[in-house]
Amino acid sequence: MGFFERIFKEPRWGVHPDDHKRPAADAPLRILPPPAKVYMPLQQHVGGAARPIVLVGQKVLKGQLLAEPSGNISAPIHAPVSGTVAAIGEVTAPHASGLGFTAITIDNDFENRWIESEPVADPLALAPEEITKRTAAAGIVGLGGATFPSAAKFSLGRRLKVDTLIVNGGECEPYLSADDRIMRDSAAAVVDGVRIVMRAIGAEQALVGIEDNKPEAIAAMRVAAKPFPEVKIRPVPTRYPMGSDRQLIQTLTGREVPADARAAEVGVLVHNVSTCAAVHQAVRFGRPLVERIVTINGGAVKEPGNIFAPIGTLVSELLDFCGLHCEPARIILGGPMMGTPLPHAQVPLVKGASGILAFDAKEAFVPEAGPCIRCGNCTRACPMGLQPLEMGAHIRAGDLDGAEKFMLGDCMSCGCCAYVCPSHIPLVQYFNHAKGELWAKERTKLRVDASKRLVEARAQRLEREAKEKAEAAARRKAERAAAKAKAAAEAQGQAEGETA
Amino acid sequence: MNAMNTPISSPHTTTTQSVSRVMVTVMLALVPATLFGFWLYGWPSIWLWLVTVGAATFGEAFCLRLMDRPVLPAVHDGSAILTGWLLAMSLPPWAPWWIGAFGGLFATMLAKQAFGGLGQNLFNPAMVARVALLISFPVQMTSWVAPLPLDAIGAPGPISGLLVTLKGIPSGLDAVASASLLGFAKTELSRGVDLLQSLGHAPIPTWFGSRPGSLGETAAWLIAAGGVVMMFLRIISWHIPLAMLAGIAIPAAILHAVDPARYLDMPTHLLSGGAMLGAFFIATDYVTSPSTPKGQLIFGAGCGVLTYVIRTWAGYPEGVAFAVLLMNALTPIIDSYVKPRIYGRDRKGSALKAQR
Amino acid sequence: MLTAVGSLTVMGVALGGLLGVASRYLAVEGNPIEGEIKDLLPGSQCGQCGYVGCAQAATALAKGEAPVTLCPPGGRALAQQLAAKLGVKVDLSAISDDGPKLAQVAEEICIGCCKCIKVCPTDAILGAAKQIHNVIREACTGCGACVDRCPTEAMTMVPVPVTLQHWIWPKPALNTAVAAHA
Repeated sequence: MGFFERIFKEPRWGVHPDDHKRPAADAPLRILPPPAKVYMPLQQHVGGAARPIVLVGQKVLKGQLLAEPSGNISAPIHAPVSGTVAAIGEVTAPHASGLGFTAITIDNDFENRWIESEPVADPLALAPEEITKRTAAAGIVGLGGATFPSAAKFSLGRRLKVDTLIVNGGECEPYLSADDRIMRDSAAAVVDGVRIVMRAIGAEQALVGIEDNKPEAIAAMRVAAKPFPEVKIRPVPTRYPMGSDRQLIQTLTGREVPADARAAEVGVLVHNVSTCAAVHQAVRFGRPLVERIVTINGGAVKEPGNIFAPIGTLVSELLDFCGLHCEPARIILGGPMMGTPLPHAQVPLVKGASGILAFDAKEAFVPEAGPCIRCGNCTRACPMGLQPLEMGAHIRAGDLDGAEKFMLGDCMSCGCCAYVCPSHIPLVQYFNHAKGELWAKERTKLRVDASKRLVEARAQRLEREAKEKAEAAARRKAERAAAKAKAAAEAQGQAEGETA
Repeated sequence: MNAMNTPISSPHTTTTQSVSRVMVTVMLALVPATLFGFWLYGWPSIWLWLVTVGAATFGEAFCLRLMDRPVLPAVHDGSAILTGWLLAMSLPPWAPWWIGAFGGLFATMLAKQAFGGLGQNLFNPAMVARVALLISFPVQMTSWVAPLPLDAIGAPGPISGLLVTLKGIPSGLDAVASASLLGFAKTELSRGVDLLQSLGHAPIPTWFGSRPGSLGETAAWLIAAGGVVMMFLRIISWHIPLAMLAGIAIPAAILHAVDPARYLDMPTHLLSGGAMLGAFFIATDYVTSPSTPKGQLIFGAGCGVLTYVIRTWAGYPEGVAFAVLLMNALTPIIDSYVKPRIYGRDRKGSALKAQR
Repeated sequence: MLTAVGSLTVMGVALGGLLGVASRYLAVEGNPIEGEIKDLLPGSQCGQCGYVGCAQAATALAKGEAPVTLCPPGGRALAQQLAAKLGVKVDLSAISDDGPKLAQVAEEICIGCCKCIKVCPTDAILGAAKQIHNVIREACTGCGACVDRCPTEAMTMVPVPVTLQHWIWPKPALNTAVAAHA
């Protein structure tokens, strides 16, 4: 951007970290050689974990349904390779805690046999409900990282009658270029997916927001969208977190999403470019979501770039494929601003993993935190208009309710505040800790309320049982008394009869 | 690899800026004005500056050691040095050594460490020390000298300069005790001599001053230049300096137009006293000023107007230190009432209504 | 000088009188803090504190007759909250807080005597005579009453397992340069 453009058009919120996207973004897409084993987790989306429907020892084809959705907000899981189900057990989750979760292990038979699929010649002739059904059946979730089941989002969008589909080609995190790569290589597929999604939600136009540090992607998408005037390509200023829903919506349409509302309530729905491409695969070709492009980058990687790999591949295999200079000092799933630190490399790739970063010692260096000097950099950087320095001070002092009064709940943990802090205070960790504690308190309160109800219910049960017991005893007594009286009357009658 | 029981939180990248870098940048912005002041007032001012900065640093280290906190990281961040430097810039250049020593110790020990260290103090430490000195030692704090540049005849050399700082101005020295412009104007007014007459005899304020004042007073344009450089480097924002200078300039201009015989004109107000130093370096102190841009405007305007009021109608000729301290006291209130608007909420904090 | 002394004395007497009147007519009835304390307590009436129910314990706490560490199911968190509400200092090191616990039946040892079922305040134990019992985890409040009653020691308290959904980021450790004497 030119100097004046930078001053007048660049948003005041957010930060502008070093890009680190090239040369990985410019390297051609590589296909990972088929892995020997894949580990398909049952929970790769927001909502209920999928329920397995296969058994250990069962042979499966690529794309076969492994686990069905549980509940309204859930997504199915399909086999990323053809082979045999080796186990259904616990693997380490790609989560900071190092805890585990359930995954289905498949031994690859290397035959790459796809299951029978039902391609559709003209997806745009399908009814919106049919498109939604196919999207749900394909297990498509938000591939930008949010992993919200896309079909549920389509239904919501149709119900609230959104008029604009915003396609998120922002990819504002440094180091990542998976979306860049898919736009450059498969722009036609992305645009087709965009039009299918538009049909599914009933939108009149689609605005594709692409950060202006991706000129090749913008050019490719412009070419692909030329025949379709309802799909409009809109370059946006490069600034983190431009790829965040709320910020992108405001930049592209000027609409502001209220704090307690969803984007659909202002008439827009946001979907990632990779998600749209996956919808194209699912609806036009009948192929479920089993593979994705993932960026492997970082100082420790020999040949950084974008890799097309089956979901469920171990991170270690991806890193070995790209080669490592040295033992990574830290492995991150996602980008550096919001990514999850992985406990080790033996974790499977999940649907929402857009990048794996292997940092060397220099990149992984964490400066020691100092005292807050109230410089206000964090307040200026916060895209949501919060005051991180105040919230951090309250949480440090243990006053979580005070922090909540500063609208801690609106914080999206984007990391801008901790990025700009000259004292390097781990603000995001404070906020995540506080949010977790507040949710735990909320859950405890619900539990205590439920316990109170159970105690009351028990008291009522005991009362009722005592009452029934007393009534039964009284009834038996009355019966005995009546029987006694009857027997006495009979004896009397007999005696009278004998005397008479 | 990170241990499982202490995961490292995002973000996994951070700015290269640090507290020491910020302090060093501010000090570099002060260097031109300081060197000019050294040249203008000679060796005694250099020794005084050294004593003040040294005392401030020593006070900080002493307190940290007393509290069993690590000394080196805290001293390394340069905030104590900067406090001492700013205090030295506001003292009379030929003041005795114990003024600088007492001031430096007071600033870091009582006005900063006693509150809890960096980031915890309510009042600007340099200004607290200056006010304490002014009230306790009014004579020494208002004994200004006319400039006696380093290369002028009769200017003291290093050793005799040291002796001036240690023992006071000897009778043989050609230093001319003089009043600062503001002090002169106020004394004359209190004697009933109005400005149109008295200012004929007074030293003329210029941007490139050579009239008596503190180290930070005479080279107003060098101070302003340093301040503007800091604004471009995003160390400070324009809100406080602009608001403070406007707060001084606007009342000055209005009242001077109304009665030139009683009220000094706007350029004089802006160029004398600690107005420039205060606007760019002192009021902009992070810890003691509001953290939001709107709050900073209010704070700066308050500092400016109070400075003007104290200079014009109160008992002291110079008002910046008092004005800054009074506004420091209001900073928490400003911060609690002036908050940025949260995305998706209105000014009061309740959620917006959905609009397509 | 006399005017100064006189006026200040008059003001002092007048304002002091006003305060006395206010304390009589604007006094707060009852002790609202008792209700607030009762809300903090778990409410399962398990009796481990030595009082018949949580309401009685709340009354005792409000009067200051009971220590804030009296409730084992509430653990350290509850003791801290009570201490904060009552404004007292509490030594938390005495409370072994391994986190919330749930009851669990060792099925090989359970003889199906139903003694635990009778004593559970929330009816969280499923079972019948001569049938192996089981604890409904969602209903168990961790009061421990069943453990005392079980004749074969088949009932134990086990810590609640941390799941991915409930894991919380730890609070960042304070830097030594910033930490107070802790």
